[in-house]
Amino acid sequence: MSIILDISKVDMVFPTPKGDFTALKGVDLQIKKGEFISLIGHSGCGKSTVLNIVACIHKATIGGVLLNNKEVTEPGPERAVVFQNHSLLPWLTAYQNIELAVKRVFKNKMSKAEMKEWIEHNLRLVHMDHAKDKRPDEISGGMKQRIGIARALAMKPEVLLMDEPFGALDALTRAHMQDSLMEIQQKLNNTVIMITHDVDEAVLLSDRIVMMTNGPAATIGEILDVNLPHPRNRLALAEDPEYNRLRSAVLTFLYEKQRKVEHISVPDTDKVKQKSSSVA
Amino acid sequence: MTALINKQKTGITPMNRNKIIMPLLLKKVQTFILPMAGICCFLLLWSLTANSIETSLGKFPGPSAVATQMVNLVNEHNTERDKEKAFYIRQDERNEARMAKDPSYQPKVRMYTGKETFLDQIVTSLITVLSGFLVAAIIAIPLGIAIGLSKNLNRAINPIIQVFKPVSPLAWLPLVTMVVSAVYVSPDPMFAKSFVNSLITVTLCSLWPMVINTSFGVVSMNQDWVNVSKVLSLPKLVHIQKIVLPASVPAIFTGMRMSLGIAWMVLIAAEMLAQNPGLGKFVWDEFQNGSSQSLSRIMTAVIVIGLIGYMLDRTMLQLQRMLSWDKSSAQL
Ligand SMILES: Nc1ncnc2c1ncn2[C@@H]1O[C@H](COP(=O)(O)OP(=O)(O)OP(=O)(O)O)[C@@H](O)[C@H]1O
Ligand SMILES: [Mg+2]
Repeated sequence: MSIILDISKVDMVFPTPKGDFTALKGVDLQIKKGEFISLIGHSGCGKSTVLNIVACIHKATIGGVLLNNKEVTEPGPERAVVFQNHSLLPWLTAYQNIELAVKRVFKNKMSKAEMKEWIEHNLRLVHMDHAKDKRPDEISGGMKQRIGIARALAMKPEVLLMDEPFGALDALTRAHMQDSLMEIQQKLNNTVIMITHDVDEAVLLSDRIVMMTNGPAATIGEILDVNLPHPRNRLALAEDPEYNRLRSAVLTFLYEKQRKVEHISVPDTDKVKQKSSSVA
Repeated sequence: MTALINKQKTGITPMNRNKIIMPLLLKKVQTFILPMAGICCFLLLWSLTANSIETSLGKFPGPSAVATQMVNLVNEHNTERDKEKAFYIRQDERNEARMAKDPSYQPKVRMYTGKETFLDQIVTSLITVLSGFLVAAIIAIPLGIAIGLSKNLNRAINPIIQVFKPVSPLAWLPLVTMVVSAVYVSPDPMFAKSFVNSLITVTLCSLWPMVINTSFGVVSMNQDWVNVSKVLSLPKLVHIQKIVLPASVPAIFTGMRMSLGIAWMVLIAAEMLAQNPGLGKFVWDEFQNGSSQSLSRIMTAVIVIGLIGYMLDRTMLQLQRMLSWDKSSAQL
């Protein structure tokens, strides 16, 4: 299949008061159409930075991003982002939040009725049609995240970028959302880059897992192909030897090869512990 | 056993009735009885101290004197209105009589020039403060948004704001008066000069809190929302209309409430100083008048000024509750 997105030898240097800080060094990744990529790595290594460069919210210091062989320089709806903390506009209802995006993308391509149908279709896709007139502060965290995903899907993006979409959710809701996402992915076969901290999530959802080394000057350490057949079932996979091999490969990378050597502050350790234990 | 279950179903046993009703009662006490108690204590203290203060114009007015005066002022207003009506009826009659005698007579219509009553002055002050406030909002909100969006514009304008913000608008008053009388010359002015003076003073003092709060609201806007707008690549104007403006609505309202409070205080002072019609002039006139009634009439005005200020703030709050998405910021 053809390469849709080419992240080409990207360096990212942030100017800081204490001098330049090299966050990324030589990040290079080619993504095929319809591929689901997970980006995994320790906190602060630069995963969000990679995503923001693809979305053009940051501009790479060296290197660049090609979408369909054309360099991208401005943010655009063809690279829709699901942000880490839902980022719905609190003054709009769920429906209106999606409407804002749909109106922008399909302004001259859809009639009013078609837009309405399309918005409602996307709400149904994430099973949120019952809450379409609710505002973000009236619905739960998981529901907000679903609306955020629906908003991104409604833009029919060429590449869907997700920054820890389920990071703020409890384990049960997260598992549920992962199932929803797999179901949607079966239907739509989007090209996706998803950042995650969660090893099981990465193995369960992805076609490839991209593992990043620790910063500063982080880069891609290893890439793991996940050749488990779709549709995947989390219970059946728990017994699957291939699944467990992949899982331990990622764990080995994270906790042996890229073990955080510097002192980790207490809240950080808690976070990692909680994440690995809650789903394991 | 069944009785027990039934009780559990209906949920009201004598014991948990107490549990339900007690907090309700407590809430009533807190929201209604405590403020009432406060007011009563204040009235008591007031009348006690008022009684023991002797001025050259008699005793300091207590609550009862103010209450009497309140009634007086309303009656005076009604009498004045009756007089006005009578004046116009007489004038019409006179004109008709002369027209009947001499058909070529051009009837003269004179305006009634009675004294402005307390109630008239209240209306004048209210109209002035609201107009000045509105003018300020029309200038301040777009300016605040522009400053919030552009760091460079902020750098350019900030020093000016910082210097003019602490200036009491009363210091501007002489300048405003002179400029208005020099510039605002028309044979048939739509507004009285005094009104324009007061309005500009109110505008000047309402401007800064609104500009500062609006720009603060824009600057401290959640970065995620800006990113959403970037990803959608919304055009600049749509970005301002759909993201920036609603995002800063809570801050804009905070600024508006501050402004309106300051504006009301400043307006009364300006009216006293410049002898412009309004409650301030009423107070000043009564002070100059120096009759035995004066103090109690001034005290009445003081209380009415306070009540109106309170009412203005509550109105703004209500408006904020209706229009702002952030209900948590629309608290007292
Ligand atoms: N605007 C910025 N200016 C300076 N340094 C930055 C900036 N943004 C990110 N960094 C630095 O770049 C590094 C990577 O940050 P990034 O947010 O990409 O990490 P991350 O992998 O997404 O972490 P997490 O998993 O905790 O979200 C961090 O060390 C961070 O301090
Ligand atoms: Mg991140």
